[in-house]
Amino acid sequence: MKRRKFIRTAGLSAAITPFMFKGFSISPVARNSFFSALGAAASINDKVMVFIELNGGNDGLNTLIPLDQYSTLANHRGPLLIPENKVLKLDGTNATGLHPAMAELQNLYNDGLMSVVQNVGYPQQDYSHFRSMDIWQTASDSDQYLETGWLGRTLEAEYPGFPDGYPNPDNPDPLAIQIGSITPLAFMGSAFPMGMSISDPEAFYEFVSDVPEPTPATPYGDELAYIRLVMQQSQEYYEVIKAAAENSQNLSTKYPAEYENPLADQLRIVARLIGGGLQTPVYVVSIGGFDTHSEQIDGDPTQGNHAQLLHWLSEAVYAFLDDVKLMGKSDKVCAMTFSEFGRTIAANGSMGTDHGAAAPLFVFGEGVNPGIIGDNAQIPFTIPESADVPMQHDFRSVYASVLQDWYGISNWQSVLYQDFDILPIFKGVTPSREVFAYHLKVRVYPNPVVRQATVDFSCQSGSDVEVSLLDTLGRQLRRITSGYYSAGDHSVNFSREGIPPGAYVCQVRIGAFRVSRKVLFM
Amino acid sequence: MENFQPGEKLTESLSRNLGRKDLFNFGTQELPPVPPAANPITIQGGLDPYTGPWEYDQAAHLLRRTTFGLKKSDLDQLLTMTMSEAVDHLLTEPAQAPAPPVNNYNNDDFTDPDVPLGETWIEADFNVDAEFWRIESFRGWWTELMLKTEASILERMTLFWHNHFATQSSAIFYGKINYKHNVLLRSNALGNFKALTKAVTVDPMMLFYLNGYLNGKDAPDENYARELQELFTIGKEYPSQYTEEDVVQAARVLTGWRVNWLPAESFFFPPEHDAGNKQFSSFYDNTVIQGQTLDGEAELDALLDMIFARPEVAKYLCRKLYRWFVYYHIDDDIEQNVIEPLADIFRNNNYDIKPVLQTLLSSEHFYNAMYSGCFIKTPIDIVVGTLRSFNLSIPASTPWDDFTMKYILTWLHSIMQMVPGDPPNVAGWQAFRQSPQYYRMWINGDTARNRNWYTDILSQWHLDSDNDQLKIDHIAFASQFDAPEDPKALVDDMTRLLLPQPISEQKKLLLKNVLLSGLPSDSYWTVAWFEYQNNPSDPMAFEVVNFRLSVLTKYILSLAEYQLA
Repeated sequence: MKRRKFIRTAGLSAAITPFMFKGFSISPVARNSFFSALGAAASINDKVMVFIELNGGNDGLNTLIPLDQYSTLANHRGPLLIPENKVLKLDGTNATGLHPAMAELQNLYNDGLMSVVQNVGYPQQDYSHFRSMDIWQTASDSDQYLETGWLGRTLEAEYPGFPDGYPNPDNPDPLAIQIGSITPLAFMGSAFPMGMSISDPEAFYEFVSDVPEPTPATPYGDELAYIRLVMQQSQEYYEVIKAAAENSQNLSTKYPAEYENPLADQLRIVARLIGGGLQTPVYVVSIGGFDTHSEQIDGDPTQGNHAQLLHWLSEAVYAFLDDVKLMGKSDKVCAMTFSEFGRTIAANGSMGTDHGAAAPLFVFGEGVNPGIIGDNAQIPFTIPESADVPMQHDFRSVYASVLQDWYGISNWQSVLYQDFDILPIFKGVTPSREVFAYHLKVRVYPNPVVRQATVDFSCQSGSDVEVSLLDTLGRQLRRITSGYYSAGDHSVNFSREGIPPGAYVCQVRIGAFRVSRKVLFM
Repeated sequence: MENFQPGEKLTESLSRNLGRKDLFNFGTQELPPVPPAANPITIQGGLDPYTGPWEYDQAAHLLRRTTFGLKKSDLDQLLTMTMSEAVDHLLTEPAQAPAPPVNNYNNDDFTDPDVPLGETWIEADFNVDAEFWRIESFRGWWTELMLKTEASILERMTLFWHNHFATQSSAIFYGKINYKHNVLLRSNALGNFKALTKAVTVDPMMLFYLNGYLNGKDAPDENYARELQELFTIGKEYPSQYTEEDVVQAARVLTGWRVNWLPAESFFFPPEHDAGNKQFSSFYDNTVIQGQTLDGEAELDALLDMIFARPEVAKYLCRKLYRWFVYYHIDDDIEQNVIEPLADIFRNNNYDIKPVLQTLLSSEHFYNAMYSGCFIKTPIDIVVGTLRSFNLSIPASTPWDDFTMKYILTWLHSIMQMVPGDPPNVAGWQAFRQSPQYYRMWINGDTARNRNWYTDILSQWHLDSDNDQLKIDHIAFASQFDAPEDPKALVDDMTRLLLPQPISEQKKLLLKNVLLSGLPSDSYWTVAWFEYQNNPSDPMAFEVVNFRLSVLTKYILSLAEYQLA
């Protein structure tokens, strides 16, 4: 092929990625200090999270399909609607399924290697790609401008002073690596990115040795100091990256051929670096094209651009997890998706969807509690054109869960600047929160309550059940029912007689799981 | 930490701990202090005309920021003028539009069925097999225009508008549309911003890129209406006060524009237009745009009149121009003393672009020495700018050689993350918008390596097509200077041309040693130089001089300072 040839003739010996494939490269965020500050907590010192950016705003309703809303969804989705019989089933639920292009993720879910968090977003959705990306990367409020990234702050708290004195013998590896050539805002520390970008782990480059000189306190001096620091530090990090890459090879046979799946190409590099012993705890990979205003489908709603992207995601994650398993590291590695927002419920006139608020987020790996956290979006019969899926989970709850339950960082509030609910995404966490809330189908109605109310719930298997009414301080006011219930759907009624008007909580405990619903007494 | 002893420098510690001294060829080395995001500066000089000396440094600064790289012949030319003449010269548009791109891509595997070799393809209808080649031909043509530019701001401004009204060739895979769009930006680059905004709004490239061509009364598509306000005019950098409803209403105004695909021409199609009245928010003074059944252009004009009446527009554009030509850091002082008065000029001139550029590029602020060398070169400054500084042009023994060499340049641009025609998204390149990093976005472990690797190849090797080499003529380059036989003078002259600020005597000494291969006396070089001058056909004499110049060049281009302009 001629195109290959010009590149060869340019005298370039390194492995080449043709630019049409959006060449990527790796940039390290310095490693290891993440964990050294955690002292003796050696068991978590080697956890890795791979963040997969779905750039453009993923259409959640065609990714994770709310089958219990199918008839109303069909009203609004027009040509984009995935035929009900093509939706991939998930074990244990008939209410939610996956896009048909994601057969591998269906396997992961059914094998207990995937957690789904429903309706993730942020309050006061902005709908601008750029603001939303910045909000996700900095973990800011919608109306707040932060210049540091959430991963940058996390790493800087663990490795104060970076980049001065890094790398060093205690911390020889990058703290975070982005596969690509653009360092994400998420890595930004107070003055310097805590992570690095690389595209080819074997392409080492030796910068010239410069005369060490102070730089003047001018804009010129500032920029010069910055460039020198990047050159010097990346040279040192490249040595360890190259050593890790040379020390390792991909073991999985499930990857597609090179250049066929841009996400798989990136995850292949990540797996190799992990297998080669790099201690880097944070990796970021990215795939674009999710801004499907038009041509989301290709005539057939199961085919086209969105289907292609979801297939890439599914195939790549599956191969990657297989690879790290074969490397014997599957207990150490998780991956999760994120996207700046979701899309509208209704199809637009361009075979696509416009910017919307919330969308589901996936977390993969042996470390996750398998299942679905949260509820299917309710799709009304009539909606305005711009209607979207409202947020149920703040994205920072996901971040908080990652920091606390995966990386073992207890004081994550100082990184996220606020307190957030921890979601039961990861194993080994007491399931006191709304684990599998969706499967439990807890519903209290009517709400507000005038005289009497009904509580619905569902048992996956025969379980001890307790339904209670609590005040807002959590004190039990009334036990509505208590006893053994068989598998299946149940309802109990209660009267509000004797309880003054106000806000209360109806709590349903089924086996080890507990779900709460706010109720209002008129 | 035990690995760091009190008072020990990083390099000492690393050498001791790693048992490696070879990392540090210059003995102990102090890490530079962590640079703050932007140094607080006290600004001297606002937009008053600059009245200081007009010499090498000022003319070089002006050229580095308005063309690509610094070419000695441009510098010599500007130094024959006054500052104000020089700025006027840069702002003068060439009398002739450039010749269009041609079929230079027929090859063993592909022959364009519609366009003969050497003929232009710009009128050729869509052909799915040919468009890859036509678009690469278009890209190469554009790159060559930047490379061939004389002392003119036109190419840098064309690129500015491409970054501003960003579109992606990879998304609109039709050569004719790409070419027409580029001509639109180019021919309006120094014209009127409002007129350009109108033309871009209904340009087929933009109609396709942001789905305007699908925006209809029954299924409005907000994509363009949103970016028109957020990215193209009002901006979102300072919390903007237009509302989501304003986006919806603007989308209604813009319904009905369609593209006739093969000729790549847009038109207004009334049946798809929402003829109702459009009510805007208080941010736009509760303006109601009267619905028109047949005259979509009148509604578009009314929309732009409403938007351009807002003072945010001129300020937003002036900030972007400032970040394009001066520096990314804008504090309250700069906002008040530079941006706001510049925005006033912009509005008072009904959004004509030239008076703004003329004022900025003639101002005390622009020539303040504080701002020299603080612009991190874009990848195009590195790739094209280096070629220009070394007076190189694209060799083309055959059309295919022409094509392949330009394709290599495109590939180089891609590994440094700036392909002309393909910014990452509709917001343009991050280096001009992503706070707090801005220009620093260009530099990371990966791109820093690729940038240096490119200048290494160019200094010591060459880029090859089948029959040609793109190669620096080191001896001709050195011969431009007054005393190439004098190592000290040669190092002075080369670093002054290639680096934005003077470097220390210590560093110059190092560079001179590189030229002298470590020999103690300057006369070795002088003798070698004259030996070659007297025996220009002697390959040995040539190689002695050429090799040392190539090593010196590699070294200068590898310095961190070379990344700055």
